[in-house]
Amino acid sequence: MALTIQKYDAVVVGAGGAGMRCALQLARAGLHVAVLSKVFPTRSHTVAAQGGIGASLGNMEEDNWHYHFYDTVKGGDWLGDQDAIEFMCREAPKVVYELEHMGMPFDRNPDGTIYQRPFGGHSAKYGEKPVPRACAAADRTGHAMLHTLYQQNVRSNTQFFVEWMALDLIRDAEGDVVGITALEMETGEVSIFHAKCVLFATGGAGRIFAASTNAYINTGDGLGMAARAGVPLEDMEFWQFHPTGVHNAGVLLTEGCRGEGAILRNKDGERFMERYAPHLKDLAPRDFVSRCMDQEIKEGRGCGPNRDYIELDLTHLGAETIMKRLPSVHEIGINFANVDVIREPIPVVPTIHYQMGGIPTNIHGQVVVPKNGNPSTVVNGFYAIGECSCVSVHGANRLGTNSLLDLLVFGRAAGDHLIATALSSKAHKPLPADAGDYSLARIAKLDSASGGEYPQDVANDLRRTMQTHAGVFRTQKSMDEGLVKVLAIAERAEHLSLKDKSKVFNTARVEALEVANLMEAAKATMTSAAARHESRGAHTVDDYGDTPEHPLGRNDRDWLRHTLWFSEGNRLEYKPVQMKPLTVDSIPPVKRTF
Amino acid sequence: MADKRIFEIYRYDPDRDAKPYMQTFEIELEGTERMLLDALMKLKKLDDSIAYRRSCREGVCGSDAMNINGKNGLACLTNMRTLPQKITLRPLPGLPVVRDLIVDMSQFFKQYHSIKPYVVNDTPPPAKERLQSQEDREVLNGLYECILCACCSTACPSFWWNPDKFVGPAGLLAAYRFVADTRDQARDERLDNLEDPYRLFRCHTIMNCTDVCPKGLNPARAIVKLKDMIATRKG
Repeated sequence: MALTIQKYDAVVVGAGGAGMRCALQLARAGLHVAVLSKVFPTRSHTVAAQGGIGASLGNMEEDNWHYHFYDTVKGGDWLGDQDAIEFMCREAPKVVYELEHMGMPFDRNPDGTIYQRPFGGHSAKYGEKPVPRACAAADRTGHAMLHTLYQQNVRSNTQFFVEWMALDLIRDAEGDVVGITALEMETGEVSIFHAKCVLFATGGAGRIFAASTNAYINTGDGLGMAARAGVPLEDMEFWQFHPTGVHNAGVLLTEGCRGEGAILRNKDGERFMERYAPHLKDLAPRDFVSRCMDQEIKEGRGCGPNRDYIELDLTHLGAETIMKRLPSVHEIGINFANVDVIREPIPVVPTIHYQMGGIPTNIHGQVVVPKNGNPSTVVNGFYAIGECSCVSVHGANRLGTNSLLDLLVFGRAAGDHLIATALSSKAHKPLPADAGDYSLARIAKLDSASGGEYPQDVANDLRRTMQTHAGVFRTQKSMDEGLVKVLAIAERAEHLSLKDKSKVFNTARVEALEVANLMEAAKATMTSAAARHESRGAHTVDDYGDTPEHPLGRNDRDWLRHTLWFSEGNRLEYKPVQMKPLTVDSIPPVKRTF
Repeated sequence: MADKRIFEIYRYDPDRDAKPYMQTFEIELEGTERMLLDALMKLKKLDDSIAYRRSCREGVCGSDAMNINGKNGLACLTNMRTLPQKITLRPLPGLPVVRDLIVDMSQFFKQYHSIKPYVVNDTPPPAKERLQSQEDREVLNGLYECILCACCSTACPSFWWNPDKFVGPAGLLAAYRFVADTRDQARDERLDNLEDPYRLFRCHTIMNCTDVCPKGLNPARAIVKLKDMIATRKG
């Protein structure tokens, strides 16, 4: 069947913070660009980010990018690539100022500068004390940023394809990326987008877990497409549990609560973080705080009738501060916990929040894979940025506020690099003759299948399995069992069927296509996790505990390296961590205390 | 705890149906379905053909706006305890239906785009941020938080009558957001753009917009301020 072919200089998949920052760069340069999104751009998950954007503006107290760099390396438990981290932290002030010039409604200080609040793991003088580094618009920073970026794209006439779901990458015989296939949800038609460059900004796969702060759309579509096209996924064992998801609801309460002074308490009312992190206390990095909370619960000091949650106490902040700085937190408390945070503490538990791993890239956003002995060979025509990518600035644990920063810095950088690439190649590489066949076959299979399982039943089983076997505390046995179960569920996911066969806005079909992507992300996570025999950052395994040789279970001799997972054969390779920054001295690994 | 509910849902799939109809579902909820969206998802497990939009499930993305027992709202912020046993769901009124609870929002976004929804400031920016006083920034509160869910505009009779000519409450709230921003330099053009019997002055202060806004915003007040500014600027 002949598909409609649309030709562009570049195709951007995803219109969240990263995709729209990049698209803006491309539109301003006059490139012919299509931006595809499953949802209207301002519905992308960036909209839910609350606390702030990390940048060492120093508006409140003395700060500089060296401190930010150090905090990010240490926060990531030394798995982050130090060249990329240096690049991000140095660029940070510039991209924040740019965003302000675009009209971002940042909160302000009395002198008119951008307001900044403290955040987990961000410190002055190399860990000495918390420093206010998170540039904030109340607790709606992501919303304000996403809308500002959309507005600027409207001004620059960016061409959006709204409610188009990308299906598969198109690679030619040489492995170069020459386009994608995509489904227009309103009509059910599949088209080919033929491009000199394809950039993925498709977000994370947080919906592989049962309890997640993530939006329902976060199904790892970019990861699925990359994995099916033979591109490996990097460091997928590292998933961040945010310390403060609303108990039984999963909805996020920003770390900005603690940045403004909120305290975590156990059933005795004790501020237990003082015991675990004497310097940063409640503002230690997320992996650390989440483990401490879990430890309190495990040792019987959880709150409530079942002793199964921790309380986040904001009551001493006062109504004025809460309503000014944390109005959404107040709203969420009422809506999702029946709690007025001005008057009483709110029940929270560590909840899946962020995927540190993703499609491997360099600092220009170019996708890199192992080839002929070089672990980082560029895949021509293919870029990835934001949560779907792994550059890697977050290492084994991301610091709060570094995600919005990541979107801005690498959205801009990839945009600039892509412009140069696209302009230097005059002609499009030809499409392979069978481009589109694979996607059409996947859809035809769904349309003709009957008697198979309902996609959400399979997805829900997957989510429960991931929750049980890849949680805050992992054991080798549990991960090994989890891997067997996930592979069995993957088998079931091959046999889905839909009752709804309509062409028009068939959301059941979209959900089934999403399940295929969830499966790749989950297999990558479970396989990579079971193979990493150490504790590092968010990957904490009971079997690998604190010893003199391996402080806190981290084994730098054997495991200071990035995982690369390949879908074909469910196979792993490894590549070295870039310990050398661009211009400054490397920060050598030490035991991680706060 | 068993909780029996009756859903009456507007159904229309142009691929199959000659015309729209209301379909009734009876469902036993378990009590764990806190919000209407949770109940809808449970219903979708029984009939995967029910089509609606959803994403963040916490009231910030604006996807799941619909008409709930006659009033526009977000499914994810509508607590099941606030709803009677029988729940009637229709698509947002006044926009073309694509399928079931999904409407074509093109006209809504066209009006939003028509007010030039971006800060215009063509003076070269400083090396750092443009300064803004806390008081000037505070004026933007209640304006910038709009999630473009369209609950307000599709509850407005003036928008129903003239969706092509009247900007509607969401667009006008945004227009005031940029007029009020001290960093913006296009105030006069913005007001010129609205000085028209339809674009702004079709608002008859019916107040449905403010009544239904799921974020507690007040488009009606922003509209009054715009009208005042236009009335007084030539005086």
